[in-house]
Amino acid sequence: MEKQSIKGWLYLLPAVLFLGVFMVYPLIDVFIYSFEEGYNSASQTYYGVGLYNYRYVLRDPYFLQAVKNTFILVAVTVPLSTGIALLISVALSSIKALRNLFQTVYFLPYVTNTLAVGLVFMILFKKTPYTDGFANLVINWFGGESVDFIDGPYWAKMFVLCFYTIWVVMPFKILILTSALASVNEIYYNAAKVDGTPRLRVFARITLPMISPTVFYLIITGFIGAFKAYSDAVALFGTNLNAAEMNTIVGYVYDMLYGNSGGYPSYASAAAIILFAIVLTITCINLMISRKHVHY
Amino acid sequence: MANQMDYEMIEKRAKAGNFAVKALIYALLAVWGIVVLFPFYWMILTSLKSYSAYSSEFVPQLYTLAPTLENYQDAFTAVPLGSYFINTLIFTVATTAIMLFVTVLAAFAFARLDFPGKDIAFVVFLSLMMIPNELVVITNFVTITNLDMRNTFVGLILPSVTSVFYIYLLRENFAQIPDELYYAAKVDATSDLKYLFKVMIPICRPTLITITILKVIECWNSYVWPRLITDDQAYFLVSNGIQEIRENGFGRENIPAMMAAVVVISVPLIVLFLVFHKKIMAGVARGGMKG
Amino acid sequence: MKVALQNLTKRFPGRGRGAKDVIAVNDFTFEIPDGKLIGLLGPSGCGKSTTLNLLCGLQKPTSGRIFFGDDEVTKLPAEKRGVGFVFQNYALYPHLTVRQNIMFPLENLKGEQKMTKAQMQEKALEAARLVQIEELMDRKPSELSGGQQQRVAIARALVKRPRILLLDEPLSNLDARLRLQTREEIRRIQRETKITTIFVTHDQEEAMSISDLIVVMKDGVVHQIGKPQEVYDKPVNLFVAQFLGTPPVNTFDGRVKGGKLYIGDEAVLSVEGADDQAVYVGIRPEGFVPEKDGALGCGLVRVEVMGRDVSVVCTHGAAQNTSVRAIIDSDCEIDEEADTVRFSLKPGKVHIFSKETQQRIDCRLFI
Repeated sequence: MEKQSIKGWLYLLPAVLFLGVFMVYPLIDVFIYSFEEGYNSASQTYYGVGLYNYRYVLRDPYFLQAVKNTFILVAVTVPLSTGIALLISVALSSIKALRNLFQTVYFLPYVTNTLAVGLVFMILFKKTPYTDGFANLVINWFGGESVDFIDGPYWAKMFVLCFYTIWVVMPFKILILTSALASVNEIYYNAAKVDGTPRLRVFARITLPMISPTVFYLIITGFIGAFKAYSDAVALFGTNLNAAEMNTIVGYVYDMLYGNSGGYPSYASAAAIILFAIVLTITCINLMISRKHVHY
Repeated sequence: MANQMDYEMIEKRAKAGNFAVKALIYALLAVWGIVVLFPFYWMILTSLKSYSAYSSEFVPQLYTLAPTLENYQDAFTAVPLGSYFINTLIFTVATTAIMLFVTVLAAFAFARLDFPGKDIAFVVFLSLMMIPNELVVITNFVTITNLDMRNTFVGLILPSVTSVFYIYLLRENFAQIPDELYYAAKVDATSDLKYLFKVMIPICRPTLITITILKVIECWNSYVWPRLITDDQAYFLVSNGIQEIRENGFGRENIPAMMAAVVVISVPLIVLFLVFHKKIMAGVARGGMKG
Repeated sequence: MKVALQNLTKRFPGRGRGAKDVIAVNDFTFEIPDGKLIGLLGPSGCGKSTTLNLLCGLQKPTSGRIFFGDDEVTKLPAEKRGVGFVFQNYALYPHLTVRQNIMFPLENLKGEQKMTKAQMQEKALEAARLVQIEELMDRKPSELSGGQQQRVAIARALVKRPRILLLDEPLSNLDARLRLQTREEIRRIQRETKITTIFVTHDQEEAMSISDLIVVMKDGVVHQIGKPQEVYDKPVNLFVAQFLGTPPVNTFDGRVKGGKLYIGDEAVLSVEGADDQAVYVGIRPEGFVPEKDGALGCGLVRVEVMGRDVSVVCTHGAAQNTSVRAIIDSDCEIDEEADTVRFSLKPGKVHIFSKETQQRIDCRLFI
């Protein structure tokens, strides 16, 4: 028995070591950092314990800008991407020919490098002295004025960021929703058909309630993911996000840690914990709502 | 007989309605298909245009009549794209290999072995799944910096190795193997380790492949941690390389060359995807639902 | 509503390259009289479920026509046919309550048929009362037993007053006791509503016990249509004879020669109206009467007492099955220690079939 127990822990040892050093310890440490005032990373000293870091972060205009950006991003992309993904998945599930091709194509963004494709998006949307870019070409076709989406007005930059974020998260949502739709037993559709149920009603009364757990799951993970947005913004607007007014909360954390304005792990920790608190709150609210509305 | 006419009308209308709905559906799907594929088309197209041709287009052209490969040459010579590539390859292979080793052993212990504290340990593991990376990155950054491991592969790899979720996924799969097999192997005096490698791993190969592919994708696209931990170009991965190229590369406006670099770093994963697309999609769907 | 099928055929493309089409229903012609309960009976894969799907419009026939009354509905989509369908697994919407499930078909009605909420409630309650589940209206399907779910499914199918009612294997998901009860229930509901009802089953006892007419199918082909007793008493071929009845009919190799029916070397019955030929002889288990000087001698294996009657298990060299089973009155004396037992046969329980075509040979058998 004794030998068996040593053996069990021996197999677990590598995992425990890695997780302990790179997950459990940092998790505790981040809270400690966030309360250590005036921490100096060179000398590893600090001169007080308290809430100063949180106060500083919450008053930092860059942080407030990042919070605003993140909330707009979340509010726009989560409902839109879930809605469009639902529409596309339902459309996908109702066809036979070309279905696999479409499904494969739609999944492509999942396996591509966010930074790399973000660069392509930037070029599509950027207006330079030499060219107005492809997006503006399309706008001009419809009689609109050219806009610089990358260095121009705030709403234009926000639009590109939301658009790109949706483009990036779509494959996962479509995939999950199509497999959820496929798992709805065909017999319910047959039953509805015999009763002469119109398509829309079938969707609203049968399909949607039956996949509602998946939809809520996607909404919850969508919120979490969107709150952690960062590399999409970097891909579009470069590493100096504060200057572009396009920083996100996670971006702020990393900027505090490293880079031009970096070297403040305490501020970074405070900001990260604030983010975590926001995400936790929103997730709890989501779960409470889903309890009420999910039918299983 | 009057009734009969009605029925024919109904039939016809139902058919026409169906056709219209089908057409609408395909139109919608095609539009999204274009939205997805267009950036890829654009990057390949631009990468084939010569710098002078691209610069002279005030109105972007949707095709090119004089494709050239010189941008690809530039991509490998003007910036160290080749070395970004090799770095990423080393990083991906090493991280995935260590991850597999750690994951298999841990999943085996949780699924097969009995030892005191196992249940508690498993609960702790599961709760770790909820921890967002953003919270722990800060300390890891400080740790690696203090250990003087910035700009080393060790510093890049070690914190990226473990994934609680994969351990969980594999454990679930291991646990589905009937106990009888294990007892049969015990009767034949098979050691635990041999049982793991000769029985469990072959049976769970699909899951292992899924995990491997997902980890490879994750590694290939990872940006945040490498950005924090490397500022020496010699250790840049492709994501950081792209960002570097964008900010200081070919001279800011040589977009065709940038696009060539983007194509080059996107190709490996797209090829991997096209070869394994069924496995990858099934894996992500399964992982997604359980996560 | 009278229902007529004319040369109804359904082919499915075969799987794989060069595979032949699968013919699920082959040239089915039949007229179902108004207000009857019809059992479609056959082994699994015989095309009975496909027939049902063709009737309700979930599948379209390859050729042939379907009439409801005088209206042709062959190409009409399912929703326009006005049929009620009870699915094998009931297909109750799990997220809706019983009441909502039953009201669901009514909410789809359009135009003049459109109902107010109160009318729907009323109709739903009426349907629920018919199947006796009115006290379960606010439960979810997952909170009901199999039998209750079945009733809800029937209520849902009936609530819109369908022109015909179709049931796919209505009893297969119920346990034995419930099955007996439910089939009576189906009979009663059908009598009360007088809706032409067609149900599919692979269980011959189920079909025989409640149907006005049964249709025996195999491999997409209709073998026999008739009243249950008629089909049992006069099976048109060996398949129908073997398929109907529990325990199944005992089949022997035999021959007709000079006005006598021989099994092995023994002349068991006299025959009139059949030429000399090799035949299959089907003897119902209840067609055996043990008698000291009976015409047919068998090897005795064992005697199983089943209360009301006794089952005698024997062997015979000419039998197609390994054992021959005879059901006899428990009053009859059988020497269980004996090696052999002799039976005389009830001519009405003996059928002979051509060896070549397996078709029934219509002739008079007597002792």
